[in-house]
Amino acid sequence: MVLRLHYNLEKMSVGLVVGIIVAASIGGIVEIAPLFTIDGTADVPADMRPQTPLELAGREIYMREGCYACHSQMIRTLADEIDRYGPYSVTSESVFDHPMLWGSKRTGPDLARLGEKYSDDWHVLHLLNPRDVVPDSIMPAYPWLMSPLDTRDIGPEMAVLATLGVPYTDEQIANAATDAAAQARPDSSIADGFADRWGDRPALRAFDGDADEVTEMDALVAYLQSLGTLTDVAWQNPAEEEGE
Amino acid sequence: MSSGDTSMTTDVTDPRELEGADPHTGERGDDPLLEHGQEIDPVTGHITTGHDWNGIKELNTPFPKIALWALIISVVYSVITWVLLPAWPLGSTYTKGLLGVDQTTDADAEHARLVDLRAHWREGFASDDFAALADDADVMALALPEMRRLYADNCAACHGAEGQGRTGHGVGGAQGAGFPALNDDEWLWYSEPEDIADVIRVGINSDHPDTYFAEMPAFGRDGMLERSDIDLLVPWVAGLSAGTSDPDSEAAGIFADTCAACHGDGGTGGLESGAPSLVDAEWIYGGSEQAIRATIWNGRSGHMPAWEDRLSDEERNMLALYVAGLSQAGAQ
Repeated sequence: MVLRLHYNLEKMSVGLVVGIIVAASIGGIVEIAPLFTIDGTADVPADMRPQTPLELAGREIYMREGCYACHSQMIRTLADEIDRYGPYSVTSESVFDHPMLWGSKRTGPDLARLGEKYSDDWHVLHLLNPRDVVPDSIMPAYPWLMSPLDTRDIGPEMAVLATLGVPYTDEQIANAATDAAAQARPDSSIADGFADRWGDRPALRAFDGDADEVTEMDALVAYLQSLGTLTDVAWQNPAEEEGE
Repeated sequence: MSSGDTSMTTDVTDPRELEGADPHTGERGDDPLLEHGQEIDPVTGHITTGHDWNGIKELNTPFPKIALWALIISVVYSVITWVLLPAWPLGSTYTKGLLGVDQTTDADAEHARLVDLRAHWREGFASDDFAALADDADVMALALPEMRRLYADNCAACHGAEGQGRTGHGVGGAQGAGFPALNDDEWLWYSEPEDIADVIRVGINSDHPDTYFAEMPAFGRDGMLERSDIDLLVPWVAGLSAGTSDPDSEAAGIFADTCAACHGDGGTGGLESGAPSLVDAEWIYGGSEQAIRATIWNGRSGHMPAWEDRLSDEERNMLALYVAGLSQAGAQ
């Protein structure tokens, strides 16, 4: 009888279309419905800081080069992952990530807590040619990262992120390009303004070893060194994060 | 819609030959499943859809039983799992399921079990009595795989899989970054495991408030040495490891005034100041005259991160013993 019903439905194009829409909507609603209440499920941790303009630019490069295709940024709820990387990742850690870069494939290691694990020098050498420091690495080399950083898009991007709830002030957005350069030029005259607007938590260093020019390498290393350092929420109360 | 194609002559495919068919028209009027306008394909015996596309007709075969049962079983299975496992979103919460399964508590419980399994040998590493630990062959045998894993995950990226380090090259910046070898008997700071553990804890030139600090000034760039003095100094330093440098030359005097405070008299190092010995064959930033000139001109300042927040006391102590062991193994 069910088959007979379907047999007859197939003969009515409008009825079939309605049926397809109903069936497909169930899957969509199950995925989308939780997002309507996301504000209630993913809190912004008290110690959370948003990424700086230079780190955001690095994040764009991370996406441009497809790093997420081989590196995840999520520590899974598995005992051996906790053993290696520390507490499993919680939603609140990614609350300012648009889009999130959790990834689902690990050809290389997870990067969720990479920040400040290795030195800047190591990151630069490793990105220029991974084989220089890890002889059996299969990661591609990214020699073009030493080219100058284009900072023009950072301010507009921050303005968009601000509409999505990332707490960037108008002053921070207006000075985005300057502050992106300042973070990689610690002894320059613009570094003071960076400290005023961003506080002392973001690293203020010549990430690529050269304090005179701001390169894509500066941005990407600044981003990598910020991973896992934006909040300590995963160490605080991991049990409370889960849908209470 | 023609039924009973009279042009077909083979007996076996003639619908008129089929059981219950009208011997003249081939129709099986008494078939209770056959509705008006339906016909049976003579070859397969299946009902056709009744349409005729320029002489081509489509069979209306039944839905395969195996697919039908797969569908029924999966629907039943999903209903059961909705009841037993976390499933449906409900606003800011979700249906928890009768089994009370939660991956986060499972993972924490499993991790606690791992910690518990290792506790009987691992807790010993919380103590600072490294000599006793190193002498306890049973504990060291149990700890060695863990030490290797910790070293590979945290240290090998810079210091090399075998602790061989990496000699920097080039001039200035990260291109010339070198990472000290750990498998030789030369130490920038300390050689005892308890001291190595402390270096691992706070790092060198790191963000840690108690970090060890060592920086070679940019003698050339910052004008602390004349270019002519550097010209004398470079070949003299380069010759130290081969023993070809004249201890009574003018360069030796410059070295004694400027460099010996950190690198030791004659460049022998060993002052636990982070400055390397210059008389051995190991070079962190390269031993060529060009590399040495770059080092004297631009200065050097390596960076080892602090591991206090990332690794536990036990883990850092294990690494200290492992690294000290690399040195002994390499020196033999």
